[in-house]
Amino acid sequence: MYGADVEQIAIQLNEDPQKLADFEARIARGEKIEPGDWMPAEYRRQLIRMISQHAHSEVVGMLPEGAWITRAPSLRRKLILLAKVQDEAGHGQYLYHAAETLGATREEMLDALLDGKAKYSSIFNYHTTSWADNGAIGWLVDGAAILNQTMLARCSYGPYSRAMVRICMEENFHRKQGQEMIILYSQGTPIQRAMVQDAITRWWWPTLMMFGPHDADSPNSGVLIRWGIKTRTNDELRQEFINQLVPDLQACGIVLPDPNLHYDEASGNWRTGPIDWDEFWSVLKGNGPANAERMAARRLAHADGAWVREAAAAYAAKNQQQVN
Amino acid sequence: MPFLPFVPLWREVMERTHQYALSGYLIALADDELILGHRDSEWTGHAPILEEDIAFANLALDEIGHAKLWYELAADLLGEDKTIYPDKLVYFRDAAQFRNIQLAELPKGDWAFSTLRQYLFDAFEALRLEALSQSSYTPLAEIATRIRTEELYHLRHSQAWVLRLVLGTEESGRRMQAALDALWPYARALAAPLPGEADLHAAGIVPSSAALFEHWSSEAIAFLQSANLSIPSSFIPHPSSLVDSRRVHSEYFPALIQDLQAVARLDPEAQW
Repeated sequence: MYGADVEQIAIQLNEDPQKLADFEARIARGEKIEPGDWMPAEYRRQLIRMISQHAHSEVVGMLPEGAWITRAPSLRRKLILLAKVQDEAGHGQYLYHAAETLGATREEMLDALLDGKAKYSSIFNYHTTSWADNGAIGWLVDGAAILNQTMLARCSYGPYSRAMVRICMEENFHRKQGQEMIILYSQGTPIQRAMVQDAITRWWWPTLMMFGPHDADSPNSGVLIRWGIKTRTNDELRQEFINQLVPDLQACGIVLPDPNLHYDEASGNWRTGPIDWDEFWSVLKGNGPANAERMAARRLAHADGAWVREAAAAYAAKNQQQVN
Repeated sequence: MPFLPFVPLWREVMERTHQYALSGYLIALADDELILGHRDSEWTGHAPILEEDIAFANLALDEIGHAKLWYELAADLLGEDKTIYPDKLVYFRDAAQFRNIQLAELPKGDWAFSTLRQYLFDAFEALRLEALSQSSYTPLAEIATRIRTEELYHLRHSQAWVLRLVLGTEESGRRMQAALDALWPYARALAAPLPGEADLHAAGIVPSSAALFEHWSSEAIAFLQSANLSIPSSFIPHPSSLVDSRRVHSEYFPALIQDLQAVARLDPEAQW
C-alpha cells in the first residue's frame, strides 16, 4: 500500500506507484540506494546534476589556489598547498566515478562543463588576489563545504555517501591548514594582519552565498529532502556556519564586513545583514569576476591536452590489437 | 648514572672540509629537485587529463619534498637550524646563487616536453640515488635509499608516458621528437660535477657525475631508440664550459625565482 501523496508524485513523474512507494520505504528505513537498484528517473537526474556539479567544483576549484603553489612562502606551505590541490583533483576524479555509476560518462559531464551548460560552485568565480586568500579559502570555503558534505555523507545514494565520507576527512585537513594560517597571520606582522583582514573581508559574503539561496527560493530542495539526498536546508547549514565562524574570526581580531552582524540572545544565533542575492545570481549566470577566466583555463587545458588523449587512446588500441 | 647522549660519530669522523663540501653538493642536488618540482607544479589544474593533474602534483610534491630533505641534511652539516635554514636557502638566495642545471628550469613547454624532461631526469636520478645509497656517509645513504623508492615510481610513470606519446599518433610522435631535440643539449649538463664533487668522490662519499652520465646516456639512448626516437647527432655542450653549467642560468630563471620568492619577500621578518 502507498499513500495518496506517493500516487500523486508517481503520476507527476510518470513512475510506477508501487515501485516508487517501495523505493521511498527503503529510504525511510535508512537503506542506501545502490547503482543497480530501481530508482525514479528524477532521483537519477538530480543526483547526476548534483554529483557532476560537485565534481566540476573540485576541478575548477583547483585553479584559484593552484595559481599560488609556485609562490607559497615556505616549503611547508608549498607542500601543504600542493597536497591540497592534488586532493581536489582526486575528489573530482572520485566524484566523476560516482556519477558514472548512474550512467553519465565523464566525457558528457566534461562537455557540459566546457559548453557552459553545467554549473559549479559560484565561489570559484572570485579572484585570489593575495596569499592569505588561501587561508581564507581553507577556513571559510572548505569549512562551509564540509558542513554541506557532512550532510551529504548521510545521503541515500550509496556511492555518493561513501565518496563524501572519504572527502570530508581530507577536507578537514584543508580547513585546519587554512585556520592555522589565518590565526598565525592575525597575530603576525602588520603586513600579514592587513593581508588576512583583506582576505576575510572579500571572502566572507561569497562564502555565505555558497550554501545556496534561501529555502523559499531553492527550487530543488523539496524533492532532494524527500528522497534523502539532502537532509538539511540551505538556511540551516548557513546558520550553523555563521555561528561557528563569527566568534572564532572575531577572536582573531578580524572585523567582518557586515555592520548589521549581531548576536541574537533569544535564538542563540548570530544574525547577519541581508545577503546580496543579485550578486549570487549574477555570478551563477556567468558574470562573476573570474567566470570567464576559469572557463578559459579549463577550455585551454582541454584543447591543449587533446593530442595527448588521442595519443593515449591510439597507443592503447595498438596494444590491444597486439594482444588479440 | 644517566646514559650519555648519543653523539653522531660521522660528525667526528668526517673531515671539516668534507662537511663543508658536502653541504654545497647537497644544496645543488636539492636545487635541481626544487626547480624541477616548481615546473612540475605548474601543471596542477592544467594537465591533459585529471589523472595527470594528480600525477604531476605528486611528482612536484615528491621532488620538493626531496629538496627539503637534502637542504635539511646540508643544514645539519653546517650546524644550522634545519627548521629554518631550508627556507632561507629557497627564499633568500638570489637567482645567481642557485646551482641547479638549466634542464630543470626551462619553462614547462607542452606535455611532450615536460614528460620527456621528467624521464631524462628520473632515469639519471635513479642511477645517482643508487650510487648515493652506497655512500660511506650513512645519513646521506639513508636518505638516498628512502628517496629512491619514490623515484622509481616516477621513472615508471615517465617511461610509460614516453612510450605512449612516441608510439601513439603521428602528432604525438612529432612532438616528442621535437621535445627530444630541444632537451638533448641541456641534458649534457647532467654530466657536470656538482660543487665539491671531486674531493667527495675520492673519499667515497658521492659518485662521479661523469661516470653516471656514461651509464645514463647508454641506457637512455637505448630506451629512446627502442621507442623510435632519433637521438640528436651529438650533445652540444651547453653552456660552453661544463664545469660552469651549474653557475649559469637561462633567461627564464630570474622570473622563476621572482615568482617563487614573491610572497616570502613581501615581509622577510614574518613567519609564513
